[in-house]
Amino acid sequence: MKLELAGITKRFGALVANNGIDLTVEPGEIHCLLGENGAGKSTLMNVLFGLLQADAGEIRIDGAAVRFADPGDAIRQGIGMVHQHFMLVPVFTVAENVVLGFEPTRALGFLDRQKARADIRRLSAEFGLEVDPDATVEELPVGIQQRVEILKALLRDVSLLILDEPTAVLTPQETDGLFTIMRSLAESGCSILFITHKLKEVLAVADRITVVRQGKVVGTTTPAESDEEELATMMVGRNVDLVVRKTAAEPGEPMLSLGALTLTDERGVTVVDHVDLTVRAGEVVALAGVQGNGQTELAEALLGLHPVAGGTIRLDGKDITGSTPRHALRAGIAYIPEDRQREGLVLGMSIGDNLVLDLHNVAPYARHGARNLTEVSESGQRKLSEFDIRATSVETPVGTLSGGNQQKVVVARELSRPVRLLVAAQPTRGLDVGSIEYVHRRIIEERDRGTAVLLISSELDEILALADQVAVMFRGAVVGIVPPGVGREQIGLMMAGAHEEGDPE
Amino acid sequence: MTAVPAESVPAGESTTGEPSGSPPWWSTALHRMTEANVAVVTVLAVFCGLVFGAILIVVTTTSTLHAWGNVGSHPWHAISLSFRTVGTAYGDLFIGSIFSPSALGHAVSTGHGWVALFTPLSETLVAATPLILAGTGVALGFSTGVFNIGGQGQFIAGALAATYVGFGVHLPLPLHVPLVVLAGAAGGAVAGFIPGFLKARTGAHEVIVTIMLNYIILDLLDYLLTTKPLQAPHQSNSISQTIPSSATLPHLFGSGLRVNAGLIVALAVAAGASWFMKRSTLGFTFRVIGSNPDAGRTAGMDAKLATILVLTISGALVGLAGMSTLAGTDFFLSSGYGGGTGFNAITVALLGRNKPSGVVLGSLLFAALITGGRYMQAATGIPLDLTTVIQAVIVFFVATPALIREIFRLREAGSGKILLFTKGWAG
Repeated sequence: MKLELAGITKRFGALVANNGIDLTVEPGEIHCLLGENGAGKSTLMNVLFGLLQADAGEIRIDGAAVRFADPGDAIRQGIGMVHQHFMLVPVFTVAENVVLGFEPTRALGFLDRQKARADIRRLSAEFGLEVDPDATVEELPVGIQQRVEILKALLRDVSLLILDEPTAVLTPQETDGLFTIMRSLAESGCSILFITHKLKEVLAVADRITVVRQGKVVGTTTPAESDEEELATMMVGRNVDLVVRKTAAEPGEPMLSLGALTLTDERGVTVVDHVDLTVRAGEVVALAGVQGNGQTELAEALLGLHPVAGGTIRLDGKDITGSTPRHALRAGIAYIPEDRQREGLVLGMSIGDNLVLDLHNVAPYARHGARNLTEVSESGQRKLSEFDIRATSVETPVGTLSGGNQQKVVVARELSRPVRLLVAAQPTRGLDVGSIEYVHRRIIEERDRGTAVLLISSELDEILALADQVAVMFRGAVVGIVPPGVGREQIGLMMAGAHEEGDPE
Repeated sequence: MTAVPAESVPAGESTTGEPSGSPPWWSTALHRMTEANVAVVTVLAVFCGLVFGAILIVVTTTSTLHAWGNVGSHPWHAISLSFRTVGTAYGDLFIGSIFSPSALGHAVSTGHGWVALFTPLSETLVAATPLILAGTGVALGFSTGVFNIGGQGQFIAGALAATYVGFGVHLPLPLHVPLVVLAGAAGGAVAGFIPGFLKARTGAHEVIVTIMLNYIILDLLDYLLTTKPLQAPHQSNSISQTIPSSATLPHLFGSGLRVNAGLIVALAVAAGASWFMKRSTLGFTFRVIGSNPDAGRTAGMDAKLATILVLTISGALVGLAGMSTLAGTDFFLSSGYGGGTGFNAITVALLGRNKPSGVVLGSLLFAALITGGRYMQAATGIPLDLTTVIQAVIVFFVATPALIREIFRLREAGSGKILLFTKGWAG
């Protein structure tokens, strides 16, 4: 399928999310749409998939103008979409999920499971998408679940497949596997529109690259004609420093020591399994791992937000196992939560209030139970400039800020207390390149000041850029602790469960 | 390489042309009045309620209905009669709740009848007093994300405690009245603490627990009313002892007008609650827990403690409402005491957007509809139920701001004026 988008414009009130976007995808081409969060990629894809209606512009398929009133129209025209968040029914089998919506039936409306299975086997073999049709989806790793999504699209005779940030949840090896599948699909004539903000992946898999910024197409290029620096510059609009500048760490005394820490979830399933880990003052230890391997729970347990089933947590030699969040914070732990909007901020409240969420009831922000709003506002004003938070005033509701500025509010609050241990969980998720640079610099500054830093990230690039030690988690256990120098390949294998050969401390 | 050089697109380009200089005040005011902000939506919701009520009057009154039956031959008659009927009814609503122009004329010309002139206003304030207290209590809960549906029970608990202290303790008025007030608050606080404690300890949902507690307290009252010492002596009816005059809230403007010190308590509580939510550390905690409990916990706040405290405080305020009617106007308890005040409090909190000042205004509006409705019923024969329908329609539209926006083609309010104030009942 040849897809042409001509002059697509989409406004939300005063905001122009897409401003006259032109994009052409040739048959059998892997076309990357590259842009930062908020650049208008998702809006454009929603217009293309019939979820939104463009205010101006035209969609042409093989030269003929089309209109999509809803996703059903788009699907009938051969467009398939794999969303960032999977649309699968966890308790159904692969076969049931794949046929959901247009189930093959036999006489009297009985479900034809045999045909469903056969269809899946045929497609699996054709494109190298190995999946067991009878497996229950919730028991499959994320990478395989994604294959199920792709199979769903293929079974509907897709000739243009949209992949929205498909690698966010994958290990490096799974990502490579996905790229192989994408290429075999492209060879069979299927066009692919691959949406991402990761430069390495774009260069690895794309035939052509279109970069968008602030709702406009900045340019179209190919991997051969471009490199990471140039793409980053196009994406951000200025020169970007892709390397985090840092000196070698000077580790001091152990600040955080975990002794056989074991955690269980609400159902009693062990999610963190006898983890021993030491973070010294002045070093960054990164917990690498695919999401859902216990890192989140481990971070929450340090803060007292997750009950401890066994083992100990020591901060500077003192046992803080099972302490309340308040005690953990006052003991000197700073916490950048994984989901800033859910755990870090009260979106409807002002920047000033959010900056004192933790210290709102102590001097100088309060006295005798009454808040000192003057002090809250004045100290907030100082932090706006100190932490480079771009906002008109401290009274601005945090929810109206960009993701990067929201994260800076969290960082500002957490680093304004005396800090001995910084726990940063996915600190740059969803941020623009400028804010990523900023957050990374702050973390390294904090390390150089002698703070112990525990970094939790599913972005291997981030881990390699910041970490002095990498502890890789798989299914709740630390499978090895290695220096970042061992490279992506080795760490990637460990993320998939391979034990490190050497002695894991 | 077909890339446009990055420098050619200015970074941080604004998508809207910012107006240079500040616009004249009338332009700003007009702008505000045509956007769907809280005040505009509320006023239009009241307007819709009155329009709906007018339609109801026209279609339920025999004479107007008859006139519309002959609309073909006498169209003007049908229209004018409808307007006259509605005008009279709403006029009576006003006369019954605020003041009567003719009574004003009479009072000014003769120098007598001042009490009669102020009686409607006094009655409105009397009706507003428990609504302000209970509404503020419920609003505190809502702001903290806690749905206190137990107003009915807490109201009775407050009134019950006030009654016991009223007839059981013998003190001079300056000591007795404050004690009765405190007893009312304490009674409601106990009734609020129970669901708060259960929610914090066991995770029991406060909506279920408070509703069930309503029945328990309602029936407990019935039981106590048939036993000593609460039941009035030499009575077979379910009526309590009458509290002595030393325990009653003093009248503010002489014995002819029923408006009493309960109104002062109510306004003080509303002012206090407003300060509490805006300026106190505990109020801040409540608001954080109410809008994002996860962020509150991560910042070291104790969400469970906040739940217990807010339900206790909320219950105390609703208990004060029960005390205010008992010690202000009724002086004795009867079965099912308080009627729907506990539920009207929820409505008023909704109408007032969970802000104490809004609750005061909403309570005055509702109280005016109640007292005015009684007068209208007596004067025109239009049933009191009409005002209940108007109240319901107002709340209906307040709760669906998007509908008001559609009907009146208002612009969406700017960011930071988020209209949504009803959240799910989960958690």
